[in-house]
Amino acid sequence: MKARVHVMLKNGVLDPQGEAVRHALGSMGFEGVAGVRQGKVIELDLADDATEADVARMCEKLLANTVIESYTIEIAG
Amino acid sequence: MRAAIVVFPGSNCDRDLATAFDAAGADVHMVWHKDTALPGGTDIVGVPGGFSFGDYLRCGAIAANSPICKAVKAHADAGGFVLGICNGFQVLTETGLLPGALLRNAELKYICKTIGLTVESSNSAFTEGYNAGDTLQIPIAHHDGNYFADEATIAMLEGDDRVVFRYVDNPNGSRNSIAGIVSANRRVLGMMPHPERAADLGHGGTDGVAMFRSLVGAVTSA
Repeated sequence: MKARVHVMLKNGVLDPQGEAVRHALGSMGFEGVAGVRQGKVIELDLADDATEADVARMCEKLLANTVIESYTIEIAG
Repeated sequence: MRAAIVVFPGSNCDRDLATAFDAAGADVHMVWHKDTALPGGTDIVGVPGGFSFGDYLRCGAIAANSPICKAVKAHADAGGFVLGICNGFQVLTETGLLPGALLRNAELKYICKTIGLTVESSNSAFTEGYNAGDTLQIPIAHHDGNYFADEATIAMLEGDDRVVFRYVDNPNGSRNSIAGIVSANRRVLGMMPHPERAADLGHGGTDGVAMFRSLVGAVTSA
């Protein structure tokens, strides 16, 4: 089973890297970019009997820091 | 007074921290991250600065889940002292021993310089050698030192006198210019600045010495 985890800074947590990317896009002439948030994608190659709940536990314990980050899990089958 | 300094792959302030404790009179032991127990009779654990596990995933995240950190957490839960400096502070927030998290510096730059640091509280074994309101000159060297916690947590830290160090000029975007906090029992301290790099005349400053002396004194007399 393959799973893809998206980790993003929570809303309300300033994302200075996203802000820097937004400024860069503006200075390159891309207009109207009101906001940029940067996160990470983690792809997991799992045993066939793994469940989404297993992945959620991995997120809670290591893959995301839920003080500052939120995560979503995509099961790719 | 026995100090155990934890060493992770990528730690680079471990020997400086050991030297500072040794100079203050502590009996210092180095502990490898794969060890599952602290040396018998450990009074204080030092979690040093550096780039544990290459800062992969998040600074301190992988170190916080290493075997020795279970022992460090048990030591803290039993009322033992823990000092986390720089990457060590990041590790302590990742273990949950201290609240909040350290984000990327607001200006996105790695900052390495000596800064002014205000002692906000002398009510801890770490800071009783200072007076509240003292301004120290202590080096910082970090890319992810931007202290963040939600409003309720910040209010709790401020209300309970748990912010023990604050930057004079906030270099990294930290909430309320917070540079160092203690746990509820005031025995776990995390701070981004490096007192162990201001602990010898050869460092160009000795404002960090009082922390190690008062810590060794407090624990030895306890």
